Amino acid sequence: MRNLMALLAGGVFGAGLFTSGMTDTTKVQGWLDVFGEWDPTLAFVMGGAILPMFFAWRIAARMKVSRLGTPFPTPRTDALTPNLIIGSTMFGAGWGLTGLCPGPAMAALSYGGVGGLIFLASMVAGMVIARPIKPLLEQRTPEIA
Amino acid sequence: MIEQDWIFGFAGGLMIGLGAVIFLLMNGRIMGASGILGGLVDGTELRNFAEKSSFIAGLVGVPFVLTFLWVRPDIHLTTNLWILVSGGILVGLGTRLANGCTSGHGVCGISRLSPRGIVATLVYLLAGGVAMVFLRNILGVI
Repeated sequence: MRNLMALLAGGVFGAGLFTSGMTDTTKVQGWLDVFGEWDPTLAFVMGGAILPMFFAWRIAARMKVSRLGTPFPTPRTDALTPNLIIGSTMFGAGWGLTGLCPGPAMAALSYGGVGGLIFLASMVAGMVIARPIKPLLEQRTPEIA
Repeated sequence: MIEQDWIFGFAGGLMIGLGAVIFLLMNGRIMGASGILGGLVDGTELRNFAEKSSFIAGLVGVPFVLTFLWVRPDIHLTTNLWILVSGGILVGLGTRLANGCTSGHGVCGISRLSPRGIVATLVYLLAGGVAMVFLRNILGVI
């Protein structure tokens, strides 16, 4: 049942990315290109996505475990670590360069062509090399807040 | 006037949110694309292999079916090999260091009013904007 629900969640997520146009890199780069022909579509997508989740977090707060009996995510941590800032800066730069982030890169696997595959393979490589780098950053730098 | 793209954007956004709601309330998990894929490929989250693989199967499979039922979209991706490779590495490395991307920090973090999610989103939007302005409007590379 957990796997079936994961398949459903992933499928609805993929359908949403497809419908919203977020697998089209011109829409993402158009949003980031504030001094060019600015495209506000991404704000509508983010607004639409955050809205149901805002209520879901409140419902989850009143439940002990998920509907399938698995524990909920641990209480949120609020520490702004160097990893968060450095990582998000790298991610944003790569996102601006190509117009793809991890969700759409996977959703567009079947129609993104060779370029999409090259991006996805490079992204996976980046994820693999992050594993040994992460603890180094955590040890050497104190938390900002 | 509201453009059609904005309506499709909002409708698609609601579906993205619904996917996240299902994953949270049914499975008790945060729907973060980079975390789900990353935990599989770097071997840190292999105990939930079946659940994560099922999620990715839906994420890849449903758009694949939609290309037959609806349209086959053009993703207008750059053909410059160096941009594809460096962009991919930055996205993969960055999202794993930061523990989240647009779905995890953006959708799930902001809706939880998480300071980390909000700060991460502001940082990657700013970095993306700076990359865009610098590379397109100043250097004219992309």
